[in-house]
Amino acid sequence: MPLPAPSASVRVVTFKIDGQDLSAREDESILEVCREHKIPIPSLCWMEGLSVIGACRLCVVEVAGVPRLLAACTTRVAEGMEVSTDTEKLRRYRRTLVEMLFAERNHVCSVCVSNGHCELQWLAQTCGVDHVRMPYRNAGYALDSSHEMFRVDHNRCVLCTRCVRVCDEIEGAHTWDVMGRGSDCKVITDLAQPWGDSTTCTSCGKCVQVCPTGALTKQGTSAGEMVKDQHFLPILARRRHIR
Amino acid sequence: MNSPATTAAPTAAAQPATPPAPGKITVATTWLDGCSGCHMSFLDMDERLVDLADRIHIVYSPLVDAKDLPEQVDLGILEGSVSNEEDLHKVKAFRKHCKLLVSLGDCAVNGNVPAMRNPFKLDAVIERAYRENVDHNPQIPTEGVPRLLKTVLPLHAVVPVDVFIPGCPPCADAIFYVLSELIAGRTPDPITVTRFGA
Ligand code: SF4
Ligand code: SF4
Repeated sequence: MPLPAPSASVRVVTFKIDGQDLSAREDESILEVCREHKIPIPSLCWMEGLSVIGACRLCVVEVAGVPRLLAACTTRVAEGMEVSTDTEKLRRYRRTLVEMLFAERNHVCSVCVSNGHCELQWLAQTCGVDHVRMPYRNAGYALDSSHEMFRVDHNRCVLCTRCVRVCDEIEGAHTWDVMGRGSDCKVITDLAQPWGDSTTCTSCGKCVQVCPTGALTKQGTSAGEMVKDQHFLPILARRRHIR
Repeated sequence: MNSPATTAAPTAAAQPATPPAPGKITVATTWLDGCSGCHMSFLDMDERLVDLADRIHIVYSPLVDAKDLPEQVDLGILEGSVSNEEDLHKVKAFRKHCKLLVSLGDCAVNGNVPAMRNPFKLDAVIERAYRENVDHNPQIPTEGVPRLLKTVLPLHAVVPVDVFIPGCPPCADAIFYVLSELIAGRTPDPITVTRFGA
């Protein structure tokens, strides 16, 4: 389904990505343009149909004349812009970011419900993470199995907040939110109550489907069995947009 | 403890029974805290092992009879994480005597299942394994077993590692690719053929 036609005031700009001449509407982000043109940029928190938060920093790019790295998801294209998406420096940063996600919580892929269907695993492979160079924190996190259909394992959570956003922006329930700072930061249901006791959760399962890792899963799945389906999201998001 | 790797000091008897043929790459392997699955995956190379046998000479391994690690080995391959004092000895001996060290499999590369005890205190883990879950005559073994380390570590947390092959276990094709590249004198990039949990 096509997006609603842009209003007449939206200009089209021309710019270069990795030397390639491109044009797009000026209200598009670098990441959107790259996705459209199949220019690969890793991302984790970004998801088509959800609001943009620029949290994971995996989509950082270099823009000529700008001394710092910019997140492609939160940076709009502009006339004459020259973007590099795959430099040695960017690869180094991305690899380090992915390694830090592995070092922070407890990822044991071989026995994880999401093994083989996990975005973090896939990112590790594409970013060349064959081992994690920093020491593992080895702090244990809780697991909540109180919901009759779903389960949250905070050991696998990367705090992308996709669950929080889909629940609020698409389902309209706002069961999920974020609590705490630093290594204590975690996603919570209602006011940090067991998910099974939630009075707001509609059990729609959207959070489970958008979660990139094995953090949110269906009950009863064992190693490698949790395959997610995210096709519904852009469709729902567009319908809501039109309405 | 008188395990093979802790007596890695070279002696005349420590040399392999048959000296490696010239032109062949010498290989040593052993397992630390793993399930031996990576070694099984090595054997899964099936008929390719016949070709490999022309190019490598396994001088020390659970797969052969030699009891001692030779003084100088071209390629050391280690499976399993570093979980006890014996593992620590073995990994240090391998680093000392092997020119190139390969970390084979998720346990060696990232701790994997053995490292799942890390968020718990060691005493609690031992209590659980040897007392709480035991019906008959529970006791904590202290003799003839190496002392457990407080934290299970990947190899590269203890010694420098040259090549990492993640996977649980890495498939035979991945192992074959890495060995072939190394034999050809090239630097393999194993992450192109395997990943964590593969
Ligand atoms: S969530 Fe993904 S990266 Fe983490 S353990 Fe599971 S499969 Fe591995
Ligand atoms: S539970 Fe999943 S979707 Fe929610 S923040 Fe954690 S990783 Fe992201």
